[in-house]
Amino acid sequence: MTQPKTIIEKIWNNHIVHQEPGKPDLLYIDLHLIHEVTSPQAFEGLRMKGRKVRRPELTFATMDHNVPTKQRHIIKDEVSKKQMHTLKENCEEFGVPLADIDHPDQGIVHVIGPELGLTQPGKTIVCGDSHTSTHGAFGALAFGIGTSEVEHVLSTQTLGQAPPKTLEVKVNGKLGTGVTAKDLILAVIAKYGVRFGTGYVIEYTGEAVRNLSMEERMTVCNMSIEAGARAGLISPDDTTIEYLRGRRHVPDGEAFDEAAEKWRALATDEGASYDATVEINADEVEPQVTWGTNPSMCIPVSANVPDPASQEKDYEQDAVERALSYMGLEANQPIDSVEIEHVFIGSCTNSRLSDLKKAAEIVRGRKVHDKVTALVVPGSKTVKEQAEAEGLDVIFKTAGFEWRDAGCSMCLAMNDDIVPPGERCASTSNRNFEGRQGNGARTHLVSPEMAAAAALEGHFVDVRKYTNTAVNR
Amino acid sequence: MEPIRVHSGLVYPLNRANVDTDQIIPKQFLKRIERQGFGQFLFYHWRFDEEGEKRDSFTMNKEKYNDASILVAGDNFGCGSSREHAPWAILDYGFKVVIAPSFADIFYNNCVKNGILPVRLTEDETQAIIKKAEHEKLKLTVDLEKQLVVGEKEFNFNFDISDYHKQMLLNGWDEIAVTLTNEDKITAYEQRQQITG
Repeated sequence: MTQPKTIIEKIWNNHIVHQEPGKPDLLYIDLHLIHEVTSPQAFEGLRMKGRKVRRPELTFATMDHNVPTKQRHIIKDEVSKKQMHTLKENCEEFGVPLADIDHPDQGIVHVIGPELGLTQPGKTIVCGDSHTSTHGAFGALAFGIGTSEVEHVLSTQTLGQAPPKTLEVKVNGKLGTGVTAKDLILAVIAKYGVRFGTGYVIEYTGEAVRNLSMEERMTVCNMSIEAGARAGLISPDDTTIEYLRGRRHVPDGEAFDEAAEKWRALATDEGASYDATVEINADEVEPQVTWGTNPSMCIPVSANVPDPASQEKDYEQDAVERALSYMGLEANQPIDSVEIEHVFIGSCTNSRLSDLKKAAEIVRGRKVHDKVTALVVPGSKTVKEQAEAEGLDVIFKTAGFEWRDAGCSMCLAMNDDIVPPGERCASTSNRNFEGRQGNGARTHLVSPEMAAAAALEGHFVDVRKYTNTAVNR
Repeated sequence: MEPIRVHSGLVYPLNRANVDTDQIIPKQFLKRIERQGFGQFLFYHWRFDEEGEKRDSFTMNKEKYNDASILVAGDNFGCGSSREHAPWAILDYGFKVVIAPSFADIFYNNCVKNGILPVRLTEDETQAIIKKAEHEKLKLTVDLEKQLVVGEKEFNFNFDISDYHKQMLLNGWDEIAVTLTNEDKITAYEQRQQITG
């Protein structure tokens, strides 16, 4: 009998092009996703050396970081405009397929890959973007790379990589009503910190993970990098296979059944071992709100902001003090007393149809608080169309939300969607770093449901107050 | 890229853990399509206020650190975004070596590919260097071949680095050219997997 293997080892072994002692393994890359921010210097590198793109058909580009989410074609920033134009020129010159701003497939790169069926179990997927871990939800080995690595993949369709250590994040039991995939991953990072995944590829296992929908799994895998892990994945199962059925780049008919068979076989074998395992009980997870300036600075909505005095080491005290000062919060303040001025529902973490539906359920028939500016930015043009077909746009607009076009938007504020200095945003994105949503802006990461509830009340509130009644309505 | 063997220089101590790449280079500077010229934006919002004036409160602005070429920081340096603009900014500003107890994976790779030497020392060793450099001008010599960090009067610390990364840095290799020496193996893999263009 062969040794039981994890899905991570199986995918790795399937992609080894070349091995040599003392060197990283040379891995074949099945899908290379590209966007406008991290690719121009890579294409320029190719041009300088007279190199070409080895497999343009395994490469797919879109524009997401800089794109305006209203008045689509008015890009005031000349540098942004040039960067987008450069991507178009590079894709034309090197023959890379591009979903540009006018293309019906345009959207956040980590939303459209899965949507189009480009993302499939067992693939190696890279992108010059740390949230590439999102695609791991399908049982793909997907990780973010730097621009030099983008150039390497463009030129060779391979990447030299040292074999990663494997880390199981096991989620026991069931998530409670009103507790989401976002709360789960935030709680994991709050418990184990922002670097417990460094050097590892995570596999998420356990009952609560199996019960997640594909879009919820994407939310979890998306934030693997916030725990330091370049990749996080989930073994494929029926949920995965049914989500993929009928998507454009997925085989159909008999070929689909054959593919599905192979995908199932990728799942981690019974008895396979990991280099490390951590566990969390799903039924202990409450709706989460981050209070500080990294994603591990996170507490349940019922809790109080921490006190620097309770930290052990002086530099930890200093870090908490600095975070509180940046965030304009006081030690021991209840997090649900914190008032907000902005709400952002969007980003590669939480901008898919199911995210918008769940937020809309909270918002339906209610009004955004007077002092709150609230934005919904669908993850792709397709998500936007589907949401409009279901009338979600009307629900949001009637409540006082702005309904925008697809892009990364206020997650990192590279376009005009910026939180002003000192103002506070309840955001469904993935990073609460200083200045992430605008210089001096204060970000609190939450689920779409929690963001929606905060929009209505003007401060954080336990969304279960709404979800419990929503069930009855 | 420039090879690096031995580097001697002044230390700038940044005693913060989890310094993310959004702080190293904020997003508004990622719109440029060049590799050069990012040094002026390094730690931009820590170095400069809203009016673009230097903040006295940020130690990097102190004159004694003007010629620093070795950045020493806390745990998990370079976490967050994969932006290679972060090492580009660090290098362009004049740093050749970054020392920390640990680095984020993508950032570490990005450093090596740009000829910046990332050195992992223990928490205690890093803190000892930081405390010293906070009080006086501290010069260190970092010897990649011997894998040593040495001070003029004190400090003699070993560090680990994979042999591959070491050779990359010592030789300033073009990694794509190295990979392309195995192009026949890539082609053979594609044929086995029936990947056709």
